[in-house]
Amino acid sequence: MPAEAFFQHLLNGLTLGGMYALIAIGYTLVYGIIELINFAHGEIFTFGAFLGLLILSTLASTPIGSTAPALVPAFLVSMLVTAGLGVTVERVAYRPLSRASRLALLISALGASVFLMNAMMLTFGRDSKPFPVYLAAPIYERGDLVVRQIDVFLMVLTLALCILLDQFVRKTRLGRAMRSVAQDREAAQMCGVSVSATIAVTFALGSALAAAAGILNGLYYGVVRFDMGFLAGMKAFTAAVLGGIGNIRGAMLGGIVLGVSESLIPALLSAPPFSVPEIFDYKDAVAFLILIAVLIIRPSGLLGEELPEKA
Amino acid sequence: MTPPGLAASRWAVWVLPQIAMVWLVAFLVTPEVQSVRRAADLLPILNLAVLIGGAVWAVRFFLKSDLCRHMMESQDVTPRILAQSVFLAAAVLPVVLCVLEKYYWIHVLAISLIYVLLAISLNIVVGLSGLLVLGFSAFYGIGAYVAAILTTGAGSSPHLIWALLPAAAGLAAGFGLLLGAPTLRLRGDYLAIVTMGFGEIVRIILTNWEGLTRGPISISGVAPFHLAGWSFNRPFSAGPIRLDGDTQYYFLLLLTVAFFVLITHRLSHSRIGRAWVAFREDELAARCYGIDVTRYKLLAFAVAASGAGIAGVYFASLQGFVDPTSFTFLESVLILSMVVLGGMGSLPGCAAAAVILQVLPEKLQMLREYRMLIFGALMIVFMCIRPEGLIPSRRRLRRIREVPVP
Repeated sequence: MPAEAFFQHLLNGLTLGGMYALIAIGYTLVYGIIELINFAHGEIFTFGAFLGLLILSTLASTPIGSTAPALVPAFLVSMLVTAGLGVTVERVAYRPLSRASRLALLISALGASVFLMNAMMLTFGRDSKPFPVYLAAPIYERGDLVVRQIDVFLMVLTLALCILLDQFVRKTRLGRAMRSVAQDREAAQMCGVSVSATIAVTFALGSALAAAAGILNGLYYGVVRFDMGFLAGMKAFTAAVLGGIGNIRGAMLGGIVLGVSESLIPALLSAPPFSVPEIFDYKDAVAFLILIAVLIIRPSGLLGEELPEKA
Repeated sequence: MTPPGLAASRWAVWVLPQIAMVWLVAFLVTPEVQSVRRAADLLPILNLAVLIGGAVWAVRFFLKSDLCRHMMESQDVTPRILAQSVFLAAAVLPVVLCVLEKYYWIHVLAISLIYVLLAISLNIVVGLSGLLVLGFSAFYGIGAYVAAILTTGAGSSPHLIWALLPAAAGLAAGFGLLLGAPTLRLRGDYLAIVTMGFGEIVRIILTNWEGLTRGPISISGVAPFHLAGWSFNRPFSAGPIRLDGDTQYYFLLLLTVAFFVLITHRLSHSRIGRAWVAFREDELAARCYGIDVTRYKLLAFAVAASGAGIAGVYFASLQGFVDPTSFTFLESVLILSMVVLGGMGSLPGCAAAAVILQVLPEKLQMLREYRMLIFGALMIVFMCIRPEGLIPSRRRLRRIREVPVP
C-alpha cells in the first residue's frame, strides 16, 4: 500500500475513532455510576444529529447560514437539548427501577432505545437525510492523501471536549460527586451527595457529548438516518469495553483504537499481499469480533481494573 | 363429596379455553381497521373495541370470581389438564376458520405458532435463567438458512426436511455453545451486548456471503414438508371442508409447540429448572449450594438456541423463501417483548403474548407503523409497573408478592 493511502486510512480511522470516543464516554459514565448498559445512548446520538440538522437548516436563510460560525449555535443548542433528553430518559425509564433487578433495568433500557428509534423514524422519515456541507475545503493534498478542514475540526473538537470532561470529572465538585457515587452509592449519600442529581448530571454530560458526536458524524458523512445510532452505539460500547468500562480515559483510548483498526484492518487486508477486497463487506463485523475477543482475553479492558459482579 | 365449587372448576377448565377460542374466531372475522378517514371507518373500531374491552372485562371478572379461586385450589385442575384443554381449543380453531373460509388468518396463526415456539425458547434463557439474549433471531436465521440451503441443493430427497429439524436444532445449539462458552463466565450484562453483536455478525454474513446465501436476493423454492408422497402445502379436501397448506403446517406446528411446552415444563420443574431459577435469583447463593452455574447457563443457552433453530426450519418451509431481512435486531426485540409482556418465566404468558402480538397488529393495520414504538413503550411500562407480565408464573408471583415488608 502506498504511504499516502496508508496515511489516508489512518486519518479516517482517527476521525472515526474520535467520534466513537465521544459516544463511548457516555456509555462508560453511565455504566460506571449505575452499572447499566444504556441501550438508548445510540439513539440519543442520532437525536443530537437530527437536532443539529434542524438548527442548521433553520439558520440556512440567515446571513451566517452557510458559513462555519453557524456551527456554533448548532452544537450548543443541540448539546443542551440532547442533554435534556438524556436526563428525561433516565427519569422515565431508569429511575423508577433503581431498586429492581438488573434484568428489568436492561429491558427497560432496551425499550427506551426501541421507542426513541421508532419515534425518530416516524418524525424524520425512513430515508437518509442529507446534512449540509461545512468546512469541506482541503487544506493539504498529496496523492491519495487529502486532509480536509472538517478532519482537523473534528479532531480538535473531540480532543477539546475530552480534555474538558476529564478535567471536569477530576477537578470540580460535581465531578468528585460523580466519582464518589460510582465508587459507593450509600457512602456518598451519607456524606451528603445527592445521588439522583449526580446521576442526572452524568446522563446530561454523556448525552451532550453524544450530541456533539452526532453532528460531527453528520458533517463527516453528509447524511443522517434514524437507525444510525444502533451500529454507532454498539461500536462505541465496544470501544468503552475495549478501554475498560467505567474508565473515562479508557473510553477515549478504546474509541481511537477501534476507529483506527476498523479503518486500517480492512484496508490492509484488501491490498496486496492479502488481496481480499470482499473484506469491506464485513467491515462492521470487525468491531464485534474485537468486542468478543476482548471479553475473552481481557474482560477488564486496556485500562480497566477487575470489577467484581455486584448483586 | 366434592364441594360444588370444585366440581364446577373441573368443568370450567375444559370450557373456558373453548370460550376463548370462540372469542378469537369472532375477533378474527371482524373487519380490519385500515384507516380512519370516513365516519364508516369507525364501525370496525367500535367492533374491535367492544370485543377487546369485553374480553378484558370478562378476564378481570373471572379473576375476582369464586370460580377462579376454586380452580387455583382444586387438585383436579392440574397444569396438564389445562394444557390439554388449551390444545384442544387450538386444534379446533383452524377447522372452524376453514369452514368460514378465512384462510388468511390460518396463515397468520401458523406464523404466530412459530413465534410461540420462539418465545417459549427465549423464555428459557431470559425468563427462567435471567440471562438477557438480544441476538435471538441469529439462531432463528441459522435454522431457516440451513433448511433453505440444504433443500434447494441438487438431488436432495423430499424427506430431507425432517432430518433438518434435528440438524438445525443441533447447529443452532452448537453456535449457542460456541458463543456462550467464553461469555457466560462474564458479568451478566456483557452477554446482552455480545449476543447483540453476534446477531449483527450473522445478519452481515447472511447478507454478504452471496456464494452461500445468495445475499439480499433471497433463496426461494425451499422444500415443503413431505411425507410418503404427500406434500404439506397441497390443499386437502374432506367433504365440505377444504384444508389448505397453511392448515396442515398449523397442525404440524401445534404438535411441535406441544412437544416443546412439555419439554420446557418438565425441565423447569426438574433439578435443572430449579438450578436455573436459583442462579437467576442469586448467583452467589446458587454457587454456594454447589450449582455449576456456567454449565447450567450453557445448557439453557443451547436448549433455547435449538428451539429457535427448529422454528427457523418451519419458517423457511412455510414461507418457501428466506432473506436476511427476516432476521434483524428488531426481530430479536419482537421476540423478547413477547417474553417480557407475557411474564418472564411463564409458559402460558409467553405463548399468549406471542399470539396477541402477532394477531393484533394484523387487525390494526393503521397502527402497523407505530407497532415497535408501542412495544418499546410497553417494555418500559411493564418493567416499571407490572414486572411480572400479563400472566405471571406462579413461582415468580410468589416471590414478588411474598417479599416481607422491611
